[in-house]
Amino acid sequence: MARGPFAIIAALAVLAVTLVPVGAVLIRAGGFAAFAPGDVDAIRFTLWQATLSAFFSILCAVPVSRALARRNFPGRGLLVALLGAPFILPIIVAVLGLIATFGTNGIVNRVLGALGLPEMTIYGLHGVVIAHVFFNLPLATRLILQGWLAMPGERLRLAASLGLSPWAMFRTLEAPMLARILPGAFAVIFVICLSSFAVALTLGGGPRATTVELAIYQAMRFDFDLGRAAAFSVVQLALAIAAGLVALRLSGGTGFGAGLDRIVPRWDGQGAAARALDAVAIAAVALFLLTPLVLVTLRGVPGLVLLGPEMLEAAWNSLWVALVSTALCLIWALPLATRRGELLGLLGIALSPLVLGTGLFLIVRPYVNPFTLALPVTALINALVSLPFALRILRPEAEAIRADFARLAQSLGLTPWAWLRFVFLPRLRRPLGFAAGLTAALSMGDLGVIALFADPERATLPLYVYRLMGSYQMEAAQGAALVLLASSLALFWAFDRGGRVHA
Amino acid sequence: MKALTTFAAGTLLASTALAQDNVLTVYAGDYIVSKWGPGPKIEEMFEARCDCDLQFSPGDLMPRLRLEGDRTEADIVFGLNTDVTKEAREAGLFAPHGQNIANLTLPVDWTDEVFLPFNYAHTAFVYDTDRTPEPPASFDALLEAGDDLTIVIQDPRTSISGLALALWVQAVYGEDAQDAWAQLSDNVLTVTKGWSESYGLFTDGEADMVLSYTTSPAYHLIAEDDPTIKAAIFPEGHYFMVELVGKVAGTDNPELADQFMEFILTEEFQSMIATGNWSFPAALPQDQWPEGFQQLDLPDTALFYSEDEADALKDQAIEAWRAGLSQ
Repeated sequence: MARGPFAIIAALAVLAVTLVPVGAVLIRAGGFAAFAPGDVDAIRFTLWQATLSAFFSILCAVPVSRALARRNFPGRGLLVALLGAPFILPIIVAVLGLIATFGTNGIVNRVLGALGLPEMTIYGLHGVVIAHVFFNLPLATRLILQGWLAMPGERLRLAASLGLSPWAMFRTLEAPMLARILPGAFAVIFVICLSSFAVALTLGGGPRATTVELAIYQAMRFDFDLGRAAAFSVVQLALAIAAGLVALRLSGGTGFGAGLDRIVPRWDGQGAAARALDAVAIAAVALFLLTPLVLVTLRGVPGLVLLGPEMLEAAWNSLWVALVSTALCLIWALPLATRRGELLGLLGIALSPLVLGTGLFLIVRPYVNPFTLALPVTALINALVSLPFALRILRPEAEAIRADFARLAQSLGLTPWAWLRFVFLPRLRRPLGFAAGLTAALSMGDLGVIALFADPERATLPLYVYRLMGSYQMEAAQGAALVLLASSLALFWAFDRGGRVHA
Repeated sequence: MKALTTFAAGTLLASTALAQDNVLTVYAGDYIVSKWGPGPKIEEMFEARCDCDLQFSPGDLMPRLRLEGDRTEADIVFGLNTDVTKEAREAGLFAPHGQNIANLTLPVDWTDEVFLPFNYAHTAFVYDTDRTPEPPASFDALLEAGDDLTIVIQDPRTSISGLALALWVQAVYGEDAQDAWAQLSDNVLTVTKGWSESYGLFTDGEADMVLSYTTSPAYHLIAEDDPTIKAAIFPEGHYFMVELVGKVAGTDNPELADQFMEFILTEEFQSMIATGNWSFPAALPQDQWPEGFQQLDLPDTALFYSEDEADALKDQAIEAWRAGLSQ
């Protein structure tokens, strides 16, 4: 299928963009620095919170995604789209939304207080996990939903006509699908949570919640200890690769075999208990995810009038960075949508954006002024960071298509171009739309690298929000955050809608 | 389309032409350069007197300077702080400021020949008089306050104000700093990466007090006409934070850079900086401070570490913070 050369080029590009900057930082530092005693605690905490966060995200996502896969109700499409929102919010905005919900003065505590119940606190390890579940449950839900929706209708009909009990149905059809999807979903979320830092710190409540990424930030921006930053980046990369390898080992099996893509209603889960269970799952997830979003929206409205023309400029910068990274990410992801490719893709998100940015800065510095490259570099890094998500979304489908149709295509003597155009891309439409939407929205909300390079004319929306907050303009910042939320969501929705047929 | 390209090329040429003679490149923090910071006013005022083009380049100051080394494009670095200037001085990146500093009005003696102060404040815990009518009257009282008094602070490993707090506790409690932190830990609601996140939590009513500056109330008083935000004043003294400007040794525009350094100490600049950056001007007598600033509560004692002392104590102060809050 002529994937060979493209896959190799794409893989080499991932390696180049991740390892070369680390190498540049390392060369500049003159070698790794040794770890200090507290660093072991940081690594331990990082692993522990990432494991818990990924575990709970997946645990909650299974019933929710199943409920969404087998129920149809008014507003379902909107709900599925909105579910994507927490993941793409800028972290600082999402955290403020969570605090407005679960914080000392939050809605939950007001309700508890009115009922005469003891108050809850969001600060502590459980707060970190709640926040990470808030961010990642939607992603997990969508990843698993892809799995449910990829089950060919023919199989479901066969199961129904054989009169399989729910348990037998689960064992023969659902469990193998979950076994195939879950380890990869766990690995991606685990790796995202590995590099968490502002969330872990703000909600973790202090030095006990120190993560590896915080140590990198400190080494990079405070102590200028590049050797230490490089050493920690390598630790982060190694943890990500280890998680990816474990996931690969666990997720065996292939797809379901070819289906004809007819839409077949689900016959299972029509009993009262199943209906009630699904209703509870959907209501609970909607309440949990949408309350902070609604609060962010309500609090942002008064700030909208305070925004100046710089906001439009920042929004414009964000938009085109997002579109460029989306295109780049998809071109990059298609040839890599294989098992090994997915593992490689994890490198992108495991690498600290600070190290990446600094490495690139060191590399381009002798030739051009890095500040003129701020936006292109941001687009490149955003594409890299989105790569693991895109691959996680595309890979199962891409493999199934290859398994099901490659022989047919070969026997027809399809050219690679014809294969791509008539077989591969049309069948990948749904995951492609989702991957594009996610990449675009992630890129829109990302602050990571631009903060290192930005000058006033090249600010993006998240940076604009941050600058407002740094100048006592909290109300305007909430308005700008609302603009960011709305535009990320619109972008996500536009792409996802394009691909999300009958989902 | 063609017109647009020609226009773009023209602008490009114009800016390269300027770059050859009359551009002063000033590295400054984001909060300075943003529309709500003093950056735009500084640019306007200085360009009116210099017949040149002042270009701000925002971002992290020290990491960037260290990365760029001798090849930096900066002529001026605006917004450094004594807790980080030692490495900049030792790297030989800065030239003497050459200004007469006899008229400085800082609460500490200033004899530095390289870094010129432009404004200052003290670290302080800021509160809302409606929510906290009786704030702790001293640092000791804060340590002994009940659990229901909550504060948000910043991480000394990621934020300059957080580092100042660690040094403040070090200055007040010395050897007992770790115990002081352990005592305070019941009151620490959470620790954030930077000042913005903490202040956001405070304005949302999430915590009773926030680590900020003695000058924060001035913003609320002047810009929002809100007199309820105050800084708690402690008799033990408050850690002194000063913002500095430095002339880059390798500047290719030394005269312009000198002119800028001179401009910093003029009355025009000094009268603007108070409300421009919400801090006390470094060379302006108190009776000339803007309305609102004169009413602020000021500590009697400014605690201060020189850059050598700060550098020597930094690791110890951060470790006391880490160990004390981890208990």
